[in-house]
Amino acid sequence: MKGRTIMTGAAAGPALVSRTPISFYGGVDARTGMIIEQGHELEGQCVSGRILVFPCGKGSTVGSYVIYGLQKNGVAPLAIVNEETETIIATGAILAGIPCVDGIDIGRITTGQQLRVDGAAGTVDTEKD
Amino acid sequence: MELNREQQLLLDGEAGEVTSRLMRLLVSLGDIFGAERMVPVGSAQVSGVSYKSIGDPGLEFLEDLARQGVEVRVPTSLNPAGMDLQGWQELGIPEAFAEKQQRIMAAFRGMGITAPPTCTPYLIGSVPQPGEHVAWAESSAVVFVNSVLGARTNREGGPSALAAAVCGCTPCYGLHLNENRRPTVLVDVDVRLASNADYGALGYCLGRKVRGAIPYITGLEGAGRDNLKSMGAAMAASGAVALYHAAGVTPEAAAVPTAGLELIRVGQGELDELSAGLDAGETPDLVVTGCPHASLEEVAAVAGQVRGRKLKVPVWVCTSRVIKERAEAEGYLAEIEAAGGRIVADTCMVVSPLEEMAYGVTSVDSGKAANYLPGFCKQKVNFRDLREIIEEVLE
Repeated sequence: MKGRTIMTGAAAGPALVSRTPISFYGGVDARTGMIIEQGHELEGQCVSGRILVFPCGKGSTVGSYVIYGLQKNGVAPLAIVNEETETIIATGAILAGIPCVDGIDIGRITTGQQLRVDGAAGTVDTEKD
Repeated sequence: MELNREQQLLLDGEAGEVTSRLMRLLVSLGDIFGAERMVPVGSAQVSGVSYKSIGDPGLEFLEDLARQGVEVRVPTSLNPAGMDLQGWQELGIPEAFAEKQQRIMAAFRGMGITAPPTCTPYLIGSVPQPGEHVAWAESSAVVFVNSVLGARTNREGGPSALAAAVCGCTPCYGLHLNENRRPTVLVDVDVRLASNADYGALGYCLGRKVRGAIPYITGLEGAGRDNLKSMGAAMAASGAVALYHAAGVTPEAAAVPTAGLELIRVGQGELDELSAGLDAGETPDLVVTGCPHASLEEVAAVAGQVRGRKLKVPVWVCTSRVIKERAEAEGYLAEIEAAGGRIVADTCMVVSPLEEMAYGVTSVDSGKAANYLPGFCKQKVNFRDLREIIEEVLE
């Protein structure tokens, strides 16, 4: 699948997919990478070591700093794939240096699927493609 | 996006890896919003200064930047901090909070930002010129410089404003372009506008009605600078207004096209109902004014009212350190303190940890504060004219 480059860099790993937006500030623990937003469909999951797939960000702009903190603490997602990346997620991914691509039909991706993300090319492929 | 040679060198890492990363942020945000080029900025104003707002993740990010030697290249001002940087102990700010806040300020100083924190830098010498491109983040200051001063800025976030300060440019989209500064809705206002609270209530009302639109407002002919400061702040808080035009008041109003736009009317009944809904009508533990930060004239008005009298509950007048020093020279500080009030510098009620300080009911004259205090500070809010909320707590 071809989308748009938000942040360069390449990664491969298992997808963790949310069908609803994610707020990093108050929603994800920067120390552990755990999703802690109460009632969120991914509550209790860890973003570390996975390619985090979700439609878009939501909530406070401080979320950008949380994404940066995840990377600094070694628990960031390998890459981020969105339908539409807004400024909170874009800012966080760029400051943290996490490969990020948007403009992707995330309905075609399921949790656990092996993905390959090429940030510079703006592509997201399943391993067997 | 097209970059000039100097901008390309920043992106390529000529000024170091971190500056390159910040330039990439500007380029990517520009791509997201369809910018074709960068514009040089005359100044920047950075939000995300209070420890309450940015927490440990923000603190660590700022310290990393400072440690790596990043420096701003245009005059840069800062939003209010979470406390009075000198008088925090007397205000009862928790020690652990103060320590983190001081680290944030040290990180900004390390980047060459020495301006006193305030949401109204335009009252203390940072005054963008008409048509000048800037990168400001504080929503109430953004709407003021765009509308009242006729300068040009988008509503920046903390990191994008800081990146603009370091790189000296911002992506040219949105309100930097003439065609995006035209009004998108007409608003006719027919209400009593006697105080800043009236303007704050009107701003609150308009923000909810027009959300992110650009209103062209008629009926504001008598508005002064501080009135517009109050109205714009409320409008930017309850909606996302970054620019309005006011007939006979703001500099671009005479030249913008208004034909064919939808017309909204605002009358007294609607405004009274809204103001009543914002006013809890309870006995206050605290009275706070200066949201946005008070001008010297506003400080003088408080001093004049409390002169020679005593206050039953604390009254805080929030402002910048520069205005506080001028107020001291004029004798206003002594008058307010003699009555039992304070001039609180560097901070405001919205970004200070009020909820940790045993205050539960706060009286305000600000539409913006009335909008934010219930959520951010877990306060019940009384919202009325400043004269009234002060008179109520005088012995």
